[in-house]
Amino acid sequence: MATKTFAGVSIEVSAEGYMMDASQWTKEIGTEIAKEEGIELTDKHFELIDFIRNKVNNGETLTIRGIGKSGIVDIKGFYQLFPGAPLKKATKISGVPKPASCI
Amino acid sequence: MKRLLILGAGTGGTIMANKMRKALAREDWDITIVDQHKTHYYQPGFLFIPFGMYGKKDVIKPKSDFFPVGVNVIYSKIDKIEPDDNSVLLEGGVVLNYDYLIIATGTRTAPEEVDGLKGDLWYKNIFDFYTIEGALALADYFKTWKGGKLVINIAELPFKCPVAPLEFAFFADAFFTERGMRDKVDITYVTPLPGAFTKPRATKMLGELLVQKNITIIPDFNIMEVDNENKKIVDYGGTEVEFDCLVSIPTNMGDPMIERSGMGDDLGFVPTDKHTLQSKRAENIFVIGDAADVPTSKAGSVVHFEADILEENLLCAIENRPFTGHFDGHANCYIETGYGKGTLIDFNYDTEPLPGSFPFPGLGPFGLLKVSRMNHYGKLIFRWIYWHILLKGKEMPIDSEMQMAGKKL
Repeated sequence: MATKTFAGVSIEVSAEGYMMDASQWTKEIGTEIAKEEGIELTDKHFELIDFIRNKVNNGETLTIRGIGKSGIVDIKGFYQLFPGAPLKKATKISGVPKPASCI
Repeated sequence: MKRLLILGAGTGGTIMANKMRKALAREDWDITIVDQHKTHYYQPGFLFIPFGMYGKKDVIKPKSDFFPVGVNVIYSKIDKIEPDDNSVLLEGGVVLNYDYLIIATGTRTAPEEVDGLKGDLWYKNIFDFYTIEGALALADYFKTWKGGKLVINIAELPFKCPVAPLEFAFFADAFFTERGMRDKVDITYVTPLPGAFTKPRATKMLGELLVQKNITIIPDFNIMEVDNENKKIVDYGGTEVEFDCLVSIPTNMGDPMIERSGMGDDLGFVPTDKHTLQSKRAENIFVIGDAADVPTSKAGSVVHFEADILEENLLCAIENRPFTGHFDGHANCYIETGYGKGTLIDFNYDTEPLPGSFPFPGLGPFGLLKVSRMNHYGKLIFRWIYWHILLKGKEMPIDSEMQMAGKKL
C-alpha cells in the first residue's frame, strides 16, 4: 500500500494505484488520476464513471459486456474513452477496486 | 406429500437426485428431475477428442443409468420458472409445482454472441471443443491438416473449465510434435485475461509452460469480431490476429430458460449466495454448478463440492434451521500438459492455487503446481470415478472444503 496526493488530498492506494477507499473519491481526484493515465475526462467519461461507481456500490460485478449494455456507450465507444485496457483504467479513475477476474 | 424439483440432469442435478433421495423419506417426499436430453456427456473428455485420444463412445452414457430408484424422470424442454407461484412450466403446457427447487441447468456456448464467429468458416476452419459436435469436427479436421497458424481464443469470461484451453494448447504442441510437423504449426493463445491464468502463482507456472512449449500468448484481447474473409480475429482495441485454424471458446451463457424466467444476470446466470447456494430471488430456490453466478470456476469439481453443501443447506431449510453449510469456492483441476504428464491446482474463493501435495499432505500422490506423470493418471482415472462414484453421490476421500494441509505458502 502507498499514499498519493491527488487534488491536494492524501489518498491511500494499492500497489497498482487503485484507491483503497472509494468514498474518498471526488471529480477532482478522478480528473487527476485520469491525467496520469493520459486521459482528459469529458462529460461522457463522467456519465460512465457514475454508472461504474453505482454498480460497484450495489455489489454488482463489472464486466465489459455490462458496460456495453449501460446505454451510455457501446463496447467500442468504451475503448475509445479509455484506450488500451478500458475496464482497468476506468475503474482506477472511478476510485473503485480493480475488477477481479475469477475463472 | 412434499415436492422437490430438480431442473437439469447433468453433473449437479444427477448428484443431487442421488443425495436427496437418500436423505429424504420416500413416504414424505416426491423428487422429480427434468432434462430435455437422454444422453449424459462426460464433458472433461471432450478435450481428448480432437487429438484422437477419445472417441464419442468414450464420453457418453444414458442419463437413466445414474438416476436412483424412486425419482421421477421427465424428459422435456423447460419453458420457464414461475418463482412467485412455486411452479415450473414445461414445453407443451405441463405445470410442475414444487416446495423446493434446485436449478442445475448449467451453461452453454453461445458462438452467436461474437460477430462472424458462426460465419462461413464455422466448422470449416473455426471450431469449438466444448460441444461433442465441435470436438468431433475438429478431430476430423486435424487428421488431414497440413499445418499453419493455430489460434486458440477465449471470447469472454467466465467460461467453463478455465484450464481446458491451456490443456488444449499443450496437447496441440505434443500432438503436432509427435506427428513430426510441429515446425509447420504456429500456436498462439489469445485471451482476455492479463496472462495465462488469473492468480499469480498459477499464472507464472502455466505461463512458463507456454513459453517452454513455444506457444505465443496474446493477453488482454477482447474479441470484437471474426473476419471470415481475411481469416483473422479483431479485438475492440484494434489488435488483429491471423489464423488458419481458429479454436474458439465462445461466450458462455446460462440456459435460455433462465432468461425467459427473468432470473438471470447479463449472461443468464442465476444470482446466488456464494456461501449458502440459495438463490437471491426466492428462499426455496437453490442453485448448483455452472448455472449459478458464484465467483468460482465453472467446473465439475466445484459442482461435486457444492453438492455436499447444498444437501446440508436444503435439509436446514426443510427443517427450519439456520444454514450450516458454507461453500468456500473450492475447485480442484487436473491439467494435462502433454506427453503423458499433467499438473494439478486446488484453490477456493480466498486462496490461490499453491504448490504442495494432494490429497494427503507430504505424501500426495499428486503434486500441486508440479508437472508429473501421476497427475496425468489422476485425470485419466477420474473418468472412472466420475461415472461410478461421483454421479451417484457417493463419498470420496476429498473434503468439500479446501484444506491448507499439504500446501506451501
